[in-house]
Amino acid sequence: MIHNRFSQLDESSPLGSAVSTNRRNFLKLLGGAGAGLTLAMSAQPVLSKTTEQLPLTSAEGELEANAFVRISADSTVTVVIKHLEMGQGTYTGLATLVAEELDADWAQIKSEGAPANTGRYKNLHWGSQGTGGSSAIANSYEQMRLAGATARKMLVQAAAQQWQVAESEIAVSQGVVSHPGSNRSTSFGELVDQAAKLPMPATDSVQLKDPGDFKLIGRSVPRKDRGKTDGSALFTQDIKLPGMLTALVAHPPRFGATVKSVNSEAARNIAGVEDVVEIPTGVAVLAKDYWAAKKGRDALQIQWDESQAFNKSSDQLLNEFAQLAKQPGLVARNDGDTESALGSAAKVVEATFEFPFLAHAAMEPMNCVALVSDEGCEVWNGEQMQTLDQATIAATLGLKPEQVKINMLFAGGSFGRRANPHSDYVMETVHIAKAKPGIPVKLVWSREDDTRAGYYRPMYLHKVRAALDTDGNPVAWEQRIVGQSIVTGTPFEGFLIKDGIDATSVEGAATLPYSIPNLKVDLHTVNLPVPVQWWRSVGHTHTGFSTEVMIDELARAAGKDPVAFRLALLKDHPREYGVLKLAAEKANWGAPLPQGWGRGIAMHKSFNSYVAQVAEVSLQDNGQFKVERVICAVDCGVAINPDVIRAQMEGGIGFGLSPALMSEITFKDGQVVQSNFHDYQVLRIGQMPDVEVHIVPSAEPPTGVGEPGVPPIAPAVANALSAVTGQRFHRLPLKLS
Amino acid sequence: MSVTLNVNGVDFQIDAAPDTPLLWVIRDHVELTGTKFGCGMSLCGACTVHLDGQPIRSCTTPLSVVLGKAVTTIEGVQSSAAKAVQQAWTELEVPQCGYCQSGQIMSAAALLEANPKPDDAQIDAAMAGNVCRCATYGRIRQAIKQASEQLS
Repeated sequence: MIHNRFSQLDESSPLGSAVSTNRRNFLKLLGGAGAGLTLAMSAQPVLSKTTEQLPLTSAEGELEANAFVRISADSTVTVVIKHLEMGQGTYTGLATLVAEELDADWAQIKSEGAPANTGRYKNLHWGSQGTGGSSAIANSYEQMRLAGATARKMLVQAAAQQWQVAESEIAVSQGVVSHPGSNRSTSFGELVDQAAKLPMPATDSVQLKDPGDFKLIGRSVPRKDRGKTDGSALFTQDIKLPGMLTALVAHPPRFGATVKSVNSEAARNIAGVEDVVEIPTGVAVLAKDYWAAKKGRDALQIQWDESQAFNKSSDQLLNEFAQLAKQPGLVARNDGDTESALGSAAKVVEATFEFPFLAHAAMEPMNCVALVSDEGCEVWNGEQMQTLDQATIAATLGLKPEQVKINMLFAGGSFGRRANPHSDYVMETVHIAKAKPGIPVKLVWSREDDTRAGYYRPMYLHKVRAALDTDGNPVAWEQRIVGQSIVTGTPFEGFLIKDGIDATSVEGAATLPYSIPNLKVDLHTVNLPVPVQWWRSVGHTHTGFSTEVMIDELARAAGKDPVAFRLALLKDHPREYGVLKLAAEKANWGAPLPQGWGRGIAMHKSFNSYVAQVAEVSLQDNGQFKVERVICAVDCGVAINPDVIRAQMEGGIGFGLSPALMSEITFKDGQVVQSNFHDYQVLRIGQMPDVEVHIVPSAEPPTGVGEPGVPPIAPAVANALSAVTGQRFHRLPLKLS
Repeated sequence: MSVTLNVNGVDFQIDAAPDTPLLWVIRDHVELTGTKFGCGMSLCGACTVHLDGQPIRSCTTPLSVVLGKAVTTIEGVQSSAAKAVQQAWTELEVPQCGYCQSGQIMSAAALLEANPKPDDAQIDAAMAGNVCRCATYGRIRQAIKQASEQLS
């Protein structure tokens, strides 16, 4: 059980607000922020400006320097990580920022997940606590450095007092505090008691390092999310509490169906089954262990009322989307006069792109542990949306949000899924736990539940018409997007829907960087009862494909080289230009390839990071193809940890190859066809290309890398296939004809 | 009915139905949680353990067929191949979310015990049943080769 040692602390005091200069920097950092999860900038403070307060409630023999840094007598520095570690490396990246300014030795740093506490641990890009939109490093860059710098100052003050010397004469390096003038030195731990008596320094009394003095930032220091090679890392799935019951839920076979009647007699007769309860999302079987719960669920006899249920098929939806695409939609961007430019152009290229629903299919199927008692509600979860989940749970149970305690665990992948804006699986757990007060309940979804119960990356259809003048220069681009809105009906509506347009539906298309004088993007938002959600890189998953395939087709229609064609249109976009050029150079763009091989490129900006990828494919004797090699260039500002950045590019490429090559969720008469990894196929080791990653050196503020590696890979592969086959590719997953 | 099951060299008295998959015996009865649940159908490899030294998918292996045999999980794996694999995994920073990695390591250790010098195709074949949604596959391949070199 994880004890929330911060719950008793005053929320108004902690590290909260940047001093004004820092605030300005944050605003600058956010300039031109895209959609996705990058919500309104919070004007909330980064670190408290109050200097009079004593440090937080430091325990005996420990310095709690601020909400993010604790130092113990054995010199261990515990960094409290406010973001979910789901593999992206945030336990390492955020801790690096603290360790850098603290001048700690990397070996003495330990990372620990933060409890739910919006006042202390909010995402500064959102104003609420949560992880997403590749924002962890971007929103924390100054906050976590300030946390380290102020903690360092307390150690320096303590040493100066102990040795009766001026603070300016004290040095700190690799975890050692010293006074070179008198040859004295000591460890952090030995200063803890003295420092704990000091007030927290004002943030404007500390100076952050000049980037030239960075010792850890920019180095590939080892990761801090350990326990992942010996089975000791704890995930939600691994929580076991005294008296805990495991719950499996029978969900309706079609979205929108409800329970008409349940016969639970056979289920209750199974050894180990303790109870059967009806909840808003289905029927839950509670048992002593998973296997009994599963047998119990299999034995349920449920009559469903499907009179209001979704009953359409994917083909039917695509036809409906195509019909809609014939009519203009709500305008997301409109430069020049696209219609007349298309009418008078020398050459028009048209394409209709189709994208299926996608499941996130994290390796850890959705799960959650909850205990509802007289005191409130306690949750154990790989928690990605603390503030929202807390509020939703509290509203359902009639509690105050602070009566909902959330214990943070590692997530076995998420790819957006655990940041459910409807708190779906979390609330399912709470509803079951509410029926069993005082008993901890672990909800476990089977892989079939995870595949069939939603939420999905929405299905989309794009219709693009683009035109060239007689010199082969693009003069017009019209893109019509049809699909469901992810954000409608969620608390994110206010931030992300403007004039009826969900920014997550059009991001990456409405923000097309290429210089085209007449450009129009419009949107039809479709209402369907299929639950949808952000999926690693959100709208860019489809707009990255349609735009980068189309720009390649335009280049081909103009008889121009795809790289040169793009570069000529990016004169005003140096960072897009930079990654494109670097990827092409590193891939030896233009060099001969073996017979039957093709090379393609794609570039896409998402979440303020810039990524270009060159894919090399080979045609196989069996009529299939193989992605052989990918060369990736990324510009994410200051590279905090180059190896983590490389890992996220490699992973983003592998993740994006699944929908490019094999994954799709389809509906037949309202039912999800796929159920497990045999029919919802994902990338396996033999399909993983060699990946080479190049990082653009940059002094710009750091931006995220969790998502931006995904969008370019599918179009790069499609463009490579076009280069070698001459065929055009407008549908994912890709298939040779 | 109580049966005896040997896990990591220790005998446990297990009171579970004979059709209970070994995965759930390990997780819910023996209470070792390093072996993961991913699919329940031998499709993802997250539940891979060794049975008398051979890699098996514990999610579809009933308790009744493993009695009298030695089960080794990630917590108890001791062979030099396994140690080399774990070390290479750490040195090359293979894990991202980490959920599939116990299964990956158990498959990789079994591969190197059977074939200390696998080539790329043999690695891909031996690891084809282990899904990693973080797509750490490139580093898995590299780490297996590094462990192989260290063993020779």
